[in-house]
Amino acid sequence: MFGEPKHVSTGILRNSFERRAVLIGGLQAGLGVLLAVRMGYIGVVQNAKYTTASESNRVNLTLIPPRRGLILDRNNIPLAANRSDYRVDLIPERVVDVDKTIDVLGDLLQLGPDRRQDLRDKMDKAHGFQPVEVASGLNWDQIAAVSVRLPDMPGVIAQRGFSRWYETGPSVGHLIGYVGPASAADYEKEHIPLLITPGFKIGKDGLEKYFESILRGEPGARRAEVTASGKIVRDLEMREDVPGKTLKLTVNGQLQDYASRRIGLESAAVVVIDCLSGDILAMTSMPCFDPNTFSDGIGRIEWKMLNEDDHIPLLNKAVRGLYPPGSTMKPMATLALQQHGVDPAERVNCPGGYRLGNRFFRCDAVHGLVDMRTAIERSCNTYFWTMAHRVGYDAIAPVARLLGLGQEFKLPGTAQRYGTIPDPAWKMRRYKQEWTVADSLNASIGQGYVSVSPLQLAVMVSRIASGKNLNPSLVFGLQNPPGPALPFTAEQLSVAHDGMFRVVNGAGTATASRLQVGDIKMAGKTGTAQVRRLVSRGHVGDWKTRDHSLFICYAPTDAPRYAMSVVVEHGTFGARAAAPIARDVMTFLFDPAKALDTLHALEKQWGGTPAERMQAKYRIFAAQYGTSAPKVGNDAAVAAAITKADSSEAAVDTNDINSEAERGEASPTAAQPSPQPAATPSASTVSPGPAPAPVSSPTTTP
Amino acid sequence: MARNLVPTAIAKEPWEVIVPLFVLNTFGSVVLYSAAGGHLRPWALLHEIHFVVFLLMAFAISRLSKDFFKLMAFPAYGAIVALLVLVELVGAVKGGSQRWLDVGFMQLQPSELMKPAIVLVLARFFDMMPPAMTRTWRILVPLGGIVGLPALLVMMQPDLGTGLAITVGAAVVIFMAGLPMWWFLGAGGAVLVAAPLAFFTLLHGYQRDRVLIFINPESDPLGKGYHITQSKIAIGSGGFWGKGFGNGSQSHLDYLPEAQTDFAFATMAEEWGLVGGIFVLAIFLWVFRWGMRVAQNAPDRFSSLLAAGMTFTIFFYMAINTMMVLGLAPVVGIPLPFISHGGSSMMTNMICIGTIMAVDRWSKRGSALGS
Repeated sequence: MFGEPKHVSTGILRNSFERRAVLIGGLQAGLGVLLAVRMGYIGVVQNAKYTTASESNRVNLTLIPPRRGLILDRNNIPLAANRSDYRVDLIPERVVDVDKTIDVLGDLLQLGPDRRQDLRDKMDKAHGFQPVEVASGLNWDQIAAVSVRLPDMPGVIAQRGFSRWYETGPSVGHLIGYVGPASAADYEKEHIPLLITPGFKIGKDGLEKYFESILRGEPGARRAEVTASGKIVRDLEMREDVPGKTLKLTVNGQLQDYASRRIGLESAAVVVIDCLSGDILAMTSMPCFDPNTFSDGIGRIEWKMLNEDDHIPLLNKAVRGLYPPGSTMKPMATLALQQHGVDPAERVNCPGGYRLGNRFFRCDAVHGLVDMRTAIERSCNTYFWTMAHRVGYDAIAPVARLLGLGQEFKLPGTAQRYGTIPDPAWKMRRYKQEWTVADSLNASIGQGYVSVSPLQLAVMVSRIASGKNLNPSLVFGLQNPPGPALPFTAEQLSVAHDGMFRVVNGAGTATASRLQVGDIKMAGKTGTAQVRRLVSRGHVGDWKTRDHSLFICYAPTDAPRYAMSVVVEHGTFGARAAAPIARDVMTFLFDPAKALDTLHALEKQWGGTPAERMQAKYRIFAAQYGTSAPKVGNDAAVAAAITKADSSEAAVDTNDINSEAERGEASPTAAQPSPQPAATPSASTVSPGPAPAPVSSPTTTP
Repeated sequence: MARNLVPTAIAKEPWEVIVPLFVLNTFGSVVLYSAAGGHLRPWALLHEIHFVVFLLMAFAISRLSKDFFKLMAFPAYGAIVALLVLVELVGAVKGGSQRWLDVGFMQLQPSELMKPAIVLVLARFFDMMPPAMTRTWRILVPLGGIVGLPALLVMMQPDLGTGLAITVGAAVVIFMAGLPMWWFLGAGGAVLVAAPLAFFTLLHGYQRDRVLIFINPESDPLGKGYHITQSKIAIGSGGFWGKGFGNGSQSHLDYLPEAQTDFAFATMAEEWGLVGGIFVLAIFLWVFRWGMRVAQNAPDRFSSLLAAGMTFTIFFYMAINTMMVLGLAPVVGIPLPFISHGGSSMMTNMICIGTIMAVDRWSKRGSALGS
């Protein structure tokens, strides 16, 4: 194949060169034409496309998150405000090396391993352009340190902005809710660029969520010419943001804070209502999360703390906690009895209990002869069992509802649970069983199937105290008008008032909680609600099995102005845990300095304010668990956790008592170790079916 | 008439190429002036100085005799191969590859010098070969050695672009020398088969990425396809007339990477549009036509091959660069002659121009002597 051709001369090569030179020349010319055509195609045919691309390179439209509307208390003190600060965010889409970026930022901003892990979790969950907050509330030195490194860290945004700030932190968490970055689900619902603008927060819970459209405002915008590395060359155009509208609440911010802090280490709810207008002055549930730390997303340690706390900080007990009201029902019951012709002066002998058929319902003391007022004062169950049996429970339930129990109120941003004021129809519907007399007896003293929220108790006492059909309100200027007049005479009301006065100021159950403010007197009623059928009395043993402690009150007694309910979960006697809190909160309304002295002394024992205690606890948790705490779910998971908290509480409220009771009934022998219920062994009248038998709850109300 | 006013030595210079080149280079300076935000520094002034200095060098080269070229061919080639080996041993690593030798007063890139040197040595080689040898397979052995050694050394640096330029420059000289046409067709076919194999086995990761990105730049617009995407945006947004001098946002706001070197053509096209692009292409084609004319008119085989090879070396620079910025070729670090900033490539190109001018002189003298 490679054999030599015959004649290869210089001439032949010269000819070949000539031909091939033409070929090469043609190649060059051809390529020139190709290049010109290609350039024409890009530059002329596709000009529009590339001009747009060039403009979108050059001009950067930045949305400026609007300043969120303030939330003020009734005295125009901000409960939720905006704090100007520096912040750092990450845009997941643009971050090249997540781990390295987080490490560098962590070093610059001194983030501990727990915070870095939280950041990594958030980066895992976030996608696309959904911004992830690294830190806010930074100082100038920190932001400067980050800014210098920006060119090496694509996807990092350091800017000045506004952060939501709740001055009293945990005290308003349940009342106001909190804000957070928009989730993917939020963005699905509302597909606007503002939601993925770094620094923008959306209302996640409570009033912040309900009034989102009012509080949000209009974003500002800045058009700027930027370099490839994001440096702004010059501003082209600027539009200021329009801040959201202010929301004014009926709440007294200082009172709210005081009540929250006064709850201390207990798991409790306090609701204060203005007896003149129905305005809610304070509505708190503690312990609570800190809405300030929630707004940058919930970290692992924080989540673990909240989930492992048996006080269930995620539950707003004021509106979603349901408890048997116990003896706090009694003033209401006197109104119902009087309506049905019971003379307040009529006396009933209390031999230490009440016999119904062959069963004995035990009162907690031998009260002797008691009239209606004394029955409230001494909290005598026998009196109410006797009278309820006489007039029938059907007479009591409507009055309970009329005074607000079992009712839902028109309060925005509160997901209320309205509990149960049972009646025969309800029982049939729910349990497919007939109503029994025993049910009536239990219900008349606020046990058995009855469950109410602290808010309802506060409304009830405000209506009893004022005699007006007050409706609670939360938003200033949007107060709910009172309902139709209550069908009680002044005389009937005064019997309840007298009884409650004597509870605190007479020989009653809460005399230790008398007000020490001049000659201002407080009237009240204690309640001790049984959590479950008890082997022993409900003030010892595990925290979870102790009785709930309740107290309702109002003051001043001569011209009622403030009505209050206090529910302390598992606080044992009403007089022991709930009444002192009520006393101090009431004192704050009349003599703040004195009340604060009391609080400061207590907080020294407790280890500081709720926010300080939470920080201390966080440090302990972080040191203990480091980065081993489990991941936090998304918004849906948080909501699910709250729902779970609800239902576990509901189970304690009603079913537990009754199912326990049922078991007790099912073994109709003296072998039952419990001295209560003092049912005779031959409880033949009670059907042994799955019916929750009421016999077990002869509540003791000190 | 003009001969009376201008000294003959000057009048005899090939002004038909020097003037267009000056215009092209000055246009390059204008582009660089704008790219620097309306400043002569750091690029525009130096670009013009480079041109003048290396043009003087080209004049000097053009004065050298054919015998001197022939004499120096192998020693120069040998010296540059030695430098390439030296680079491999002690060269500075910059940007991931080892290309530069620090010789005190400047950073020397021997692979650049190899581009004209390979053309020279092959022209000399074919000049020495008896014509009959050109169509025997035995000639492939020394050719393989002459081309393969420097090409491999450069690719090992690794510098794929320059290695390819050396190989292609050599291939064109060999082609022009008259080796059988079907050998080239066969080699072309072999490359088509071997290219995928080489792609997966020989190329470095970043080189492989470049090829993949070239095939689909939008697959990673903010990553490795960024260069091509931004270059196309610059050229495409320039349109027909361009955005106007000093108004190129892509280059001024740093979206266009390497706006003053590898992507200078895009910088130009953004401000001067298709009009500017055709102007640049036209000058290049004019210069190439001149080079090929010189080659065709050259008095002997050595001169012809030398001029054609040098022309093609410049052409290869220009072709690869413009195809790259227009998204027709992968991103390789080859600057655009006379437009891109950079002394090294200016020197190479001026060596080529000077050599072609020398050939031009030899043929004019030959005709003047009346052959």
